[in-house]
Amino acid sequence: MGSRQLAKQQPESFAFSASGEKQVKYWLKKYPKGKQRSAVIPMLWIAQKDNDGWLPEVAMRVIGDRLDMAYIRVLEVATFYTMFNLAPVGKHLIQVCGTTPCMLRGSGDLIKICQSRIGSAGAISDDGLFSWAEVECLGACVNAPMVQISNAAGDYYYEDLDENSMNSLLDELASGKAAMPGPRIDRQTSAPIGESLTLVDKSLFDGSKAKKIKGIPNAPAKPKTSKKKAAPKKVAARKTTTKPKATTKKGAK
Amino acid sequence: MLADKDRIFTNLYGREDWRLPAAKKRGAWNGTGDFLNYGPDWIVEQIKASGLRGRGGAGSPTGLKWSFMPKEVGNRPHYLVVNADESEPGTCKDRDMMRHDPHLLLEGCLIAAFAMRAHVCYIYLRGEYVFERVRLQAAIDEAYADGLIGKNACGSGWDFDVFVHHGAGAYICGEETALLESLEGKKGQPRLKPPFPANAGLYGCPTTVNNVESIAVTGTILRCGAAWFSSFGRPGNVGTKVYCISGHVNKPCNVEEAMSIPLKELIETHAGGVIGGWENLKAVIPGGSSVPCLPRDICDNVLMDFDALAEHKSGLGTAGVIVMDQSTDMVQAITRLAYFYKHESCGQCTPCREGTGWMWRVLTRMCAGKAEMSEIDLLLNVSQQIEGHTICALGDAAAWPVQGLIRHFRHEIEDKINNYRVGKNIHAVAAE
Repeated sequence: MGSRQLAKQQPESFAFSASGEKQVKYWLKKYPKGKQRSAVIPMLWIAQKDNDGWLPEVAMRVIGDRLDMAYIRVLEVATFYTMFNLAPVGKHLIQVCGTTPCMLRGSGDLIKICQSRIGSAGAISDDGLFSWAEVECLGACVNAPMVQISNAAGDYYYEDLDENSMNSLLDELASGKAAMPGPRIDRQTSAPIGESLTLVDKSLFDGSKAKKIKGIPNAPAKPKTSKKKAAPKKVAARKTTTKPKATTKKGAK
Repeated sequence: MLADKDRIFTNLYGREDWRLPAAKKRGAWNGTGDFLNYGPDWIVEQIKASGLRGRGGAGSPTGLKWSFMPKEVGNRPHYLVVNADESEPGTCKDRDMMRHDPHLLLEGCLIAAFAMRAHVCYIYLRGEYVFERVRLQAAIDEAYADGLIGKNACGSGWDFDVFVHHGAGAYICGEETALLESLEGKKGQPRLKPPFPANAGLYGCPTTVNNVESIAVTGTILRCGAAWFSSFGRPGNVGTKVYCISGHVNKPCNVEEAMSIPLKELIETHAGGVIGGWENLKAVIPGGSSVPCLPRDICDNVLMDFDALAEHKSGLGTAGVIVMDQSTDMVQAITRLAYFYKHESCGQCTPCREGTGWMWRVLTRMCAGKAEMSEIDLLLNVSQQIEGHTICALGDAAAWPVQGLIRHFRHEIEDKINNYRVGKNIHAVAAE
């Protein structure tokens, strides 16, 4: 987690970029009239993206004015949620998941690499390229250990790392290459390594599942808008496997 | 092993295309309009009959939960909120559903919202899932363009909108009322219940909050029938479930399996077994970090379902199985979880705010052996004072792993204390 204190040095002003502004308008449309405040987290996130990955106080004021929220309420949100960086970060922010499932598989090694190559947590490397933090469970536990890297390209997950692949990942980023997200070992996302035991039945993918269902299980006698076939109403669903063949022509596309 | 034809998430690993045409080919959106024509009560009836229990951790019956929504829409609109704030350590199933099978989720959203007479659904993703959010939004756009959602969704005459919302890194927002607070633009601090969300939830309106998996399975349940779904697992624990197997196994993975599968079979069949063999197993946390760990002798035979795990004072939770082999320093593993709960406590209730930090500090000392023997009981005692004395379940979730540690691995703490006193190298001993 980054510091929950506002940075000492703060910029004078903040304005959303053109694309940021477009996104703000998009988010504001999602909520009912009078509930624009719901957009505060997405707007803070957009502001952070527009400000090199950290959130200055003045941006919180801009958002407060925009959403008709007291500044303190925006500050409260910005300090509560740990994805908001309240102080400058490196061009690439390395977030190492350190919670137990990752710890069991060696996140400690990744942290050591960050310490030796970048410095202490929260500090920006001399070239401005990197900063790092240990974060709590990022929800990719079967691909442990892993890091999330936030930079101008996005916020991607880099998974199944070890000391070597972590070092080469940092090398790639340092050399300005686009680093390929996902598992760093030969593996399809969250599938087990090696030959597949599951999801190998070809009939799952040949379109047979898209054929019109003949007799939806437990279909009621009289569908509200189509009159077809009779079936006892409210069948005791648990016990019935062979179902009254009530077909209906209405419906799904 | 569950047959492939009985799997709901047929693109769990993203080997196939996630987009609409391919999703339809795999069966998504097949018959959805028909289901809606049968009416909301029929849908609720089917889900009740299927025996589906919530997949987010608490395991409350989904159909029953839906039926708590008012039958008539008054002057307040109804809302469906999908909890995609997946942050329970050990759990990463919803992520796969959103990035690889998003249309199953969207179909479920329409079905569930229609059953609860809601025209609007918000899907609350955890902030870190940026890629998944973009993917899900793309799927939503496809569904709108195809008339599956939006005005007259699936030709049902029902108007239905789905919006993606996101958080910004707070585990507590997985608690349903904290999630609603967050969605309203506030700090994620849980609300007192009652009123329950079904009466006064999002914006004070009737709301139901469901986990991604609970919603995403509904379309397939209606297609294949409640009886099909309830044919897996033991009574009261039926259906299929996506398990996440992490930690010290040869092939960590997510996999869909039947409920009530023996834990050992799950690990050995799908995750390539424990590193070094079953004999090398020390403990398993069977349902995400919040449930107490189980030592190997229980793991030998225990079934993966709500009731079987509860009998052993643990729980199914989210079915995030964290496997730990003999090399694991149990005290340290649980201390790291204690740090997690300290970090994620929202700070609202004193027992949790103060207690999680206190437990972590004591455990940290215990890791090094710098503690008194009497402090083990004190720690247990304090954990029991946190449990049940907070607004939400985070206090309980923080207490349970610690209680599990003391229940089954008290000797490891004692060893550390003894070793520190005689000046032994604790690490060498922990590794045995």
